[in-house]
Amino acid sequence: MLYRESGDFSSTYPQDSQTFPIKFDRYRYYFVLFIAIAVIPFIINDYWVNSLFLPFLIYAIAAIGLNILVGYCGQVSLGTGGFMAVGAYACYKLMTSFPDISMLVHVLLSGLITAAVGVLFGLPSLRIKGFYLAVATLAAQFFLVWLFNRVPWFYNYSASGQISAPERTFFGINITGANTQAWATYLFCLMFVIFSAYIARNLTRGSVGRKWMAIRDMDIAAEIIGVNPLRAKLTAFAVSSFFVGISGALFFSIYLGAVEVGEVFGIQKSFLVLFMIIIGGLGSIFGSFAGAAFLVLLPVVLKIVGVDWLGWPTDIVAHLQLVIVGGLIIVFLIAEPHGLAQLWRVAKEKLRLWPFPH
Amino acid sequence: MPEQLAFALEVTANGLMAGVLYALVALGFVLIYKASGIFNYAQGVMALFAALTLAGIMDGQVPFSHLINAIFGTDVHYFGWNVPAFLAILLTMVVMIALAYAVQRLVFRHLVGQEPIILFMATIGLAYFLEGVGDLMWGSDIKSMDVGLPQGINGWIDNTTFELFGYGFFIDNLDIVASIIAALLVIGLVIYAQYTKQGRAMRAVADDHQAALSVGVSLNFIWILVWSLAGFVALVAGIMWGTKSGVQFSLSLIALKALPVLMLGGFTSIPGAIVGGLIIGVGEKLFEFLIGAPFLGGATENWFAYMLALIFLVFRPQGLFGEKIIERV
Repeated sequence: MLYRESGDFSSTYPQDSQTFPIKFDRYRYYFVLFIAIAVIPFIINDYWVNSLFLPFLIYAIAAIGLNILVGYCGQVSLGTGGFMAVGAYACYKLMTSFPDISMLVHVLLSGLITAAVGVLFGLPSLRIKGFYLAVATLAAQFFLVWLFNRVPWFYNYSASGQISAPERTFFGINITGANTQAWATYLFCLMFVIFSAYIARNLTRGSVGRKWMAIRDMDIAAEIIGVNPLRAKLTAFAVSSFFVGISGALFFSIYLGAVEVGEVFGIQKSFLVLFMIIIGGLGSIFGSFAGAAFLVLLPVVLKIVGVDWLGWPTDIVAHLQLVIVGGLIIVFLIAEPHGLAQLWRVAKEKLRLWPFPH
Repeated sequence: MPEQLAFALEVTANGLMAGVLYALVALGFVLIYKASGIFNYAQGVMALFAALTLAGIMDGQVPFSHLINAIFGTDVHYFGWNVPAFLAILLTMVVMIALAYAVQRLVFRHLVGQEPIILFMATIGLAYFLEGVGDLMWGSDIKSMDVGLPQGINGWIDNTTFELFGYGFFIDNLDIVASIIAALLVIGLVIYAQYTKQGRAMRAVADDHQAALSVGVSLNFIWILVWSLAGFVALVAGIMWGTKSGVQFSLSLIALKALPVLMLGGFTSIPGAIVGGLIIGVGEKLFEFLIGAPFLGGATENWFAYMLALIFLVFRPQGLFGEKIIERV
């Protein structure tokens, strides 16, 4: 009743090939955008922004990036934390070297720098496949973190070895540093999320995305039918690292403000983002959002239930969280290898027939 | 520079010892990978879990005491007894076998036939799960472990090298013992795989699942056996590293040290794991000593092994001793 395709006619090719061909989907998409842009900024406060919305938005960008590489192109990467660190440090160097240029430019440039680094570390993927590649990307993770830890130029020779974001504005409004408004930081990140999701969605349903998927499904067969594996793999690494770099830059400048590289961008971060796309769904943009939302919400919910309601010590709740996350990964892989996105697809199938299933 | 040379020799010797320990962890990976095609990322956490369990049993800790106390408001921590090391090791082995059974039964039996990368991610989930369970069971504070292994500088080597080079080498007794045990373990495993009935079945499964099934080898049994063996190797590795630097979370990171060893040696080769371990152990210590510490600001051990393995793989994608990768459409 609610969700149906009948009566939804497309009379032109653009109508037929739009992102959301079903009217209900389209209106839902506009509705979500409307809520995100025009409602949420007026009702949020600092707590909600810092504990939920900013991490969700930023991780969503990282998850989209990693999903392009792992879910669409089939190249497993465990170096996400390292690439986020590249984005963060690039952003820091740009912010301190060119204080007058807009943050928008800085964040985009950090994305581009990360893309270049990503291509560099993606080069071995032409020779190495599968597990060997997954382990090889760990080289990027460890090397990059070490580099930012040991070479003082990257953290401007500060005594603590940390980097901290100076105050910068966007259209005259503070978005980094100490004096920020909740809605401003939220909207700034949201802008990048919409931008990333839009680009990712359209890339993955175009010819580039189809080449990635061909490489994922069987690289030799793809090569035989004329997909250039060099270009396909390296573009996947570049686009993926671009988004991951943007998320790293935002994570540092907008969300945390001060970063110690080994703690924030360690290997745990790589696994966290990987878990997001496994739970959300490999090869799905919606899945990236769902996974990010799930893993951002889970610790908050557990903390509220465990610490605030039951009064357990925080360390037990933290351990329990490990158990639950690990267990959930296994359960998802067994029960639904395609993640939350697949559940959503199944739900849509059901809704399409509801309430007359035959 | 004879003095520099003596230093380099000492570094090499220590690197060899460290390499043996890396090889020990890598061995656990190879065992499971050969028999079931599962790349077991949880091997390091298994070592941590085994070491935690051993330390907990020896101290007579009550399992899950923190959780029990939090739920029921009680205050129990210790049974009040100390278990002798030998008995505790046996008990820990029982726990590891139970764990192998549970892992096989609850997780991997449901994932048979899935893509290798899905299995790999499942083991990452397993690693998180085990880490959480280990912390919940035994608490997350750093424990010391003492099962009676000798420790401290080896006097004989110190004296001999002092007479030879005029400079005494510092080599820990524990490292020597660890190398000997690791060597014995490897020999034992090879003999077990070559000459026993289960060992032959194990190799059959590694060779071809379906052919092994058709001649009556029970896949389930072999997989439980292999996970138990990996648990045993993890226990040995856990004891060594636990004695060396205390039982704590960082112990699970030895898995990350073993990964480049595997890449270098090839995922399917037991000799590869050993040779790879030695190359990486010596390589990273020498690199740190000659180039890392003087020119690059130190702590290059974190990434050197990976870079070495990465560069190596570009020229030989299957590792030193790995089977040649043949791909068909």
